[in-house]
Amino acid sequence: MNSQSLVCGPHAHSMTSISNVMMLVILALLPTTLFGLYVFGWPAIFLFLVTIVSALFFEAICLAIAQKSITRYLFDGSALLTGWLVAMTLPPWAPWWIGVLGSGIAIIIGKHLYGGLGQNPFNPAMVARIMLLISFPLHMTTWIMPAPLLSDGAPGIIEGFTITFFGDAKFDAISQASVLDYVSAELGRSRTLESILPETFSYLNLTLGQVPGCIGETSALLILIGGVMLLITRTITWHIPVSLIVTTIVLASICNILDPNRYPDAVFHLTSGSLIFCAFFIATDYVTSPTAPTAQLVYGVGIALLTFVIRTWAAFPEGVGFAILFMNACTPLIDHFIRPRVFGRNRSGKPLLTNTGGK
Amino acid sequence: MSFAFPNFRAARKLLSIRGGVHPNDQKILSSESAIEQMPLPNLLRIPLQQHIGALAEPVVAKGDIVDKGQLLAVGQGSVSASIHAPTSGLIVAISRFVAPHPSGLPVPTITLRPDREERWTDLPSPLDLEKSTPEEIAKRVASAGIVGMGGATFPSSVKLNLRNRFKLETLIINAAECEPYLTCDDRLLRERSADVADGIAFMARALDINKIIIGIEENKPDAIAAMSKAVEGVLANVQIVAIPTRYPMGSEKHLVQVLTGQETPARGLTADIGIIVHNGATAYAIHKAARFGHPLISRILTVSGRAVKRPANVEVLIGTPIVDIITHCGGLVGTPSRLLLGGPMMGQPIANTRSPVVKGSNGILALSHNETRRDEIMPCIRCGNCVNACPSGLTPLDMNARIRNEELDSAVDIGLLDCVSCGACSYACPSNIPLVQSFNYAKGKLIVQQRTKQRQEETKRLAKQRNDRMERIAAAKREAMARRKAEKAAKLKKHTPEKEIAPPSSSSPLIAAPNKSAEPLEASVEPLITEAAQ
Repeated sequence: MNSQSLVCGPHAHSMTSISNVMMLVILALLPTTLFGLYVFGWPAIFLFLVTIVSALFFEAICLAIAQKSITRYLFDGSALLTGWLVAMTLPPWAPWWIGVLGSGIAIIIGKHLYGGLGQNPFNPAMVARIMLLISFPLHMTTWIMPAPLLSDGAPGIIEGFTITFFGDAKFDAISQASVLDYVSAELGRSRTLESILPETFSYLNLTLGQVPGCIGETSALLILIGGVMLLITRTITWHIPVSLIVTTIVLASICNILDPNRYPDAVFHLTSGSLIFCAFFIATDYVTSPTAPTAQLVYGVGIALLTFVIRTWAAFPEGVGFAILFMNACTPLIDHFIRPRVFGRNRSGKPLLTNTGGK
Repeated sequence: MSFAFPNFRAARKLLSIRGGVHPNDQKILSSESAIEQMPLPNLLRIPLQQHIGALAEPVVAKGDIVDKGQLLAVGQGSVSASIHAPTSGLIVAISRFVAPHPSGLPVPTITLRPDREERWTDLPSPLDLEKSTPEEIAKRVASAGIVGMGGATFPSSVKLNLRNRFKLETLIINAAECEPYLTCDDRLLRERSADVADGIAFMARALDINKIIIGIEENKPDAIAAMSKAVEGVLANVQIVAIPTRYPMGSEKHLVQVLTGQETPARGLTADIGIIVHNGATAYAIHKAARFGHPLISRILTVSGRAVKRPANVEVLIGTPIVDIITHCGGLVGTPSRLLLGGPMMGQPIANTRSPVVKGSNGILALSHNETRRDEIMPCIRCGNCVNACPSGLTPLDMNARIRNEELDSAVDIGLLDCVSCGACSYACPSNIPLVQSFNYAKGKLIVQQRTKQRQEETKRLAKQRNDRMERIAAAKREAMARRKAEKAAKLKKHTPEKEIAPPSSSSPLIAAPNKSAEPLEASVEPLITEAAQ
């Protein structure tokens, strides 16, 4: 687009920019990120840095190949945010190449193969997460118990370095299944929830983040704080997160009431896994979600339905990623059919009838 | 209507606003400067096109000496407005001069050199509010050349005469002044509230309406207070409503919806739902015309922006060159990033500062670099800010994508023609995409397409008509020829033997005859075709 000399109205501007928006999202990610890096220690910090740096690296290469201005696009914050989101969804002690591969998938396949910023139909971070999960199920489901930075038993900076870059078997001992994995597996052994749940989780721990999980998805509370920040700064509207969460609560509650031994309750669904994180940070991705408010409600409900179905009845314990990719694919369709009502017209696009006037 | 009912509606109204943006209004730059009178400029350039509709026809000639308020040009056709001499002086030229339009193209313009005598022409006698009929008021408004002063410049008398075609119930005075920077209406309502109220009374009488709502954005509390005081005892059934400060609150149909809860049908007029909207400054012009017989020869405008030395509200004569007004306000500070006629949202760049201000000019803005948009355009990230900002419920990002693919018809399908060009979408866009520019381009292109199509159809129709007529004439000729031949043959049979006549070659008369008669016909069709083509 070459419009440098174009002088056109409006001459005033809200002075927002893509990088402003991206920075606001990153700011909202900070609480849960810092907490995640703290509880999972040096390996998580190294993995986080490797992922982000490689995301920027791949972005620069893609821009160069596409002959786009590197100075203009590399620092618009979108690659930084994509890398950041990929890192948030990785197991904290995963080897470095998982992070690099994740960034590569997200930036190259998820974003630039489709034409770069604004053109991708699927959320790049989720594409990376799902491809990694399918390709490297072992690495992607090796969770560890939180061992906060500088606490007893936590790896120091050098140990952390070796864990991330050389793989260190010594720490495998404390790896553990995530709550969702565990419950799903134990239910498969026809145990009842009543007997499983007390062993593995407490709501308080899930809320505060004292559980095994991805770097950025452990503390529901901090994620919620970030989500509220996004809402307050009007970076996102309430439609997607609220419809997603409310639908999940309704579905989980209904099933839980019908058979409490088989179906966990709503709080379990919300606090375990990445549902809250995805509701605020992934499902609300501008490029891949519908734009009109009503369309966003449909989209949120769709994600919640699919997530619930996958979590409850399918082979994978975690379904949010698949659900989001599926609804990403539906976004053009939703956008096409669900538009806001045009001023002066009814829902079907006909002009409103006049009830008075017209002699 | 009971007393409780309007309150209930007032509560509901505020919920029904959709879209819009909150630009930094910057009104503080000029809102505390009282209206000042601009001294007489050396030359006035008065364009003959200052209104929507046909060009006015000049009734003076070069070299004439005219009085202040004398008729210079008469409005032509049903939608047009007359133009008067802003001051007394000499007509030095009637020629084309650069217009206050972004194109900078010249339009027919009368150039007047003031003689500084300010000698008024014979003015029509003042009208009495109680005794004058609606027809008289509308006629006075028409002869005063008053147009909508909010910027649309639609001839006001035409709107006042809508009572003949519609059942009107409510008169809404649009004093929202939602454009940032502009404070001329605010100052007018504060300083001359009694005159405005009187003008509104004349409007209500002309329209035969007794329910009046004055809508003022709540960021103008002084104007609201002044008007509330001024209408007491002047207007009976009047409501002054402080409306939320949100752009584009001053958009006619949206203002109507906020104030009454009624939504004007698409492609319709507010008159369709019994409502007529006039601007506050128009009410003032009508007051001057009715009470003093003054035609519309001056207006108040705001000069503002950080690149102007002394922001002000100035009452200027129509035709005053923009550069003179800027000089009056102390000149520019540095090189402004934008020089605009109108507000920052819908105003247009000034192509040439020698061009004059016209009846619809409500502001001259010199924006510094920090006040205006960046040049850099980024790709759309589908954030939906434009969808949320659109007051008309459109999906600007989608419309823009379709227009970029030259799919104008599919852009129309999703509401291109319902766009009011307010620019809220472009304002809100983080990628700085010139959305409204794209829509205006598409609308212009559609009009051209439509005209071309109409022209083709008209030409086709005329050509077919002509062919049919030719065919009929030829047939008639053939028939007449055949008849004559038959008669001749019959005669010849009687008198002479057949062999002696040399029969004319059978085809030549048939061809020659229509061709001959075609000449005048063609001449009569040709102008029709060219006329249709124009």
